[in-house]
Amino acid sequence: MHSTHKNESDDPPRPESGLWGWLNRRTGVDDLLRGALYEPIPGGARFAYIFGSGLLFIFLSQIITGVFLALYYVPSADHAHTTVAYITKAVTAGSFLRGLHAYGSSAMVIVLFLHLSQTYVYGAYKGRREILWLSGCVLFGLVMAMAFTGYLLPWDQKAYFATAVGTNAVSEVPWIGESIKRLMRGGTEMGTLTISRFFVAHVFLIPACIFALLASHIFLFRKAGAAGPVDEDPYHPEQKAELFYPRQVLMDLSLTALLIVGLGLLCFFVPMQLGPPANPADAQYVPRPEWYYLPIFQWLKYWHGSAAIIGVLVVPTLLVLAILALPFLDRSVERRPWKRPIAMGAYAFVLFSLVGLGLRSQYLDRHDSGVAQQLARQRAEENEYSHKPFEPELSSASLAAANVTLADPLAAKGKTIFERQSCNACHGDGGVGTAAAPVLIGVGTKLPPDQLAELFKHPTAKMTAGGMPPIDLPPDDVKALIAYVESLK
Amino acid sequence: MVEDAGCSENGTLKPSDSGLSQESRRSFLGVLLGLGVLFVGALLSVPLIRFALFPLLRRTTELKNSSVGELNEFSSLTEPMMRTIQIEQVDGWRKAISEKAVYVTKDSQGQLRVLTSICPHLGCTVPWNKEKNQFTCPCHGGTFTADGTRVSGPSLRGMDSLETSVQDGQLQVRFQYFRQLVSDKEVIG
Repeated sequence: MHSTHKNESDDPPRPESGLWGWLNRRTGVDDLLRGALYEPIPGGARFAYIFGSGLLFIFLSQIITGVFLALYYVPSADHAHTTVAYITKAVTAGSFLRGLHAYGSSAMVIVLFLHLSQTYVYGAYKGRREILWLSGCVLFGLVMAMAFTGYLLPWDQKAYFATAVGTNAVSEVPWIGESIKRLMRGGTEMGTLTISRFFVAHVFLIPACIFALLASHIFLFRKAGAAGPVDEDPYHPEQKAELFYPRQVLMDLSLTALLIVGLGLLCFFVPMQLGPPANPADAQYVPRPEWYYLPIFQWLKYWHGSAAIIGVLVVPTLLVLAILALPFLDRSVERRPWKRPIAMGAYAFVLFSLVGLGLRSQYLDRHDSGVAQQLARQRAEENEYSHKPFEPELSSASLAAANVTLADPLAAKGKTIFERQSCNACHGDGGVGTAAAPVLIGVGTKLPPDQLAELFKHPTAKMTAGGMPPIDLPPDDVKALIAYVESLK
Repeated sequence: MVEDAGCSENGTLKPSDSGLSQESRRSFLGVLLGLGVLFVGALLSVPLIRFALFPLLRRTTELKNSSVGELNEFSSLTEPMMRTIQIEQVDGWRKAISEKAVYVTKDSQGQLRVLTSICPHLGCTVPWNKEKNQFTCPCHGGTFTADGTRVSGPSLRGMDSLETSVQDGQLQVRFQYFRQLVSDKEVIG
């Protein structure tokens, strides 16, 4: 960066006195701000450069909304859907925050694509920025992994089946595909272990990687310096530089403002829907991935049998390798897109392929009347479920208690005796135990019925000391009471 | 300053501007931006705060009213009738249904009254003793009249009555627990 025109004397004077001066002497906050804001941009500020900080803003928003959603979310096949329904339907501002998080993932993919396109079209990966490009590529993969893992977490029909298809696609990879699928799912089928795995990946593993990569991405960006316009030299910037602050900051903030307003209006007027809970037995359901995965979804349809290896492994691997190796393959210093026909042609080809595949998938769905009807039905079900009031989940303890009374009439009779004799006053309702007397759940498996009957008639010294009276009841009632105690498991 | 001369297409500053006025303009903009970011940040944190404070501002745990039975079932009541009610206890996004025994009885004016079967002494379940025409607690022998008034025994008050209401001809009751071993009825949840 020998040719930037920045030097110490150009910077505004440093604060020496007052509160800010003291704070800076103690913390160096002014130097930090200075370092962040007075980055020179060769050729001056432009709207083309706003996408990186836009991504940073969405990432921040995803972290904050994600942490707040975790206040109510439970990652388990039993509760995930109920808790998301609770967030959406019961908790104040819950629908809005969940919307911000879910729509935020789409916004992330869009802005990420714009950021990548700008870097590519401007030839900003050239010259001194190879490793910066590499770290950006890894970040792209991590963001797509976040989108994939987050999609399952609401555990509604759409999430379940889209993830079932997504993990199935992985199993098409030769040799190791099946093992990877099982590793992702935590078993051969989708279930509660799948949610745990996706949750851990979505909340701990991938974000940790993103933090590390993002830090290195920003560090490498500052190390290499801003690329500048397309006619700037990729090794030795020569154009007059303008500092990041204030004009580029204002331009960047305009995108942030647009994102805030756009996402806010979207969440307010088109609330993110939640479909009915996942029903793995539903054979009718037609799964469709989120829009940004449609091209891959459509692409995989074309590859079956022995040709699958080409579509699933060879082509994607070559594409990924080509993208990663781009700054090493394309060594020319020419950055102007109109002088780079091959690079621009490849970009246009990939872009049109992606858009074309996505549109093709949509077209096929619309023109297959069976699929179109089923998709319409699914949308209607989703809409209907979204508008139903929230219904709390019945806790398993009360279900077990209800089942006892249904299953065995003798145990049911025992239950009424248990309550009428005030056994529950000390042993708790359902024999859960209290401070006054021990738990009765599981006692039936330790002691045979005749031994229980004996203890009822003649409690041990320890029991008597604890306040347990001998039970003096007709034999039939004792039998019922034993049946009830036996049923407490 | 860096911006002025070479960067003509983007330059906003005229060469005639003095360093001082640029600086003060820049710090004014900085303050303005800082305030703007603070304002927008505050605005955006409103839904976050509302979301996090939801359990403080609304009841997330509640006991729903339980149905005891049709009102006309109790019109010709001559002695306390035991009923098992289902109590729906909501706890955030889950609910538990448990069963409790209550007595439907009449007070001295002939009004329906629902008593909890939990003894106000130490919490045993109090059965109705038909022969003696009174409630007799099996644990410590406390006795109560048909409308729950204390007769004898260690209890410091009579049996506790529950809040009732009538909805669509159904007698509804709000089940509650009361503090034991005190002379005044005191709700504990």
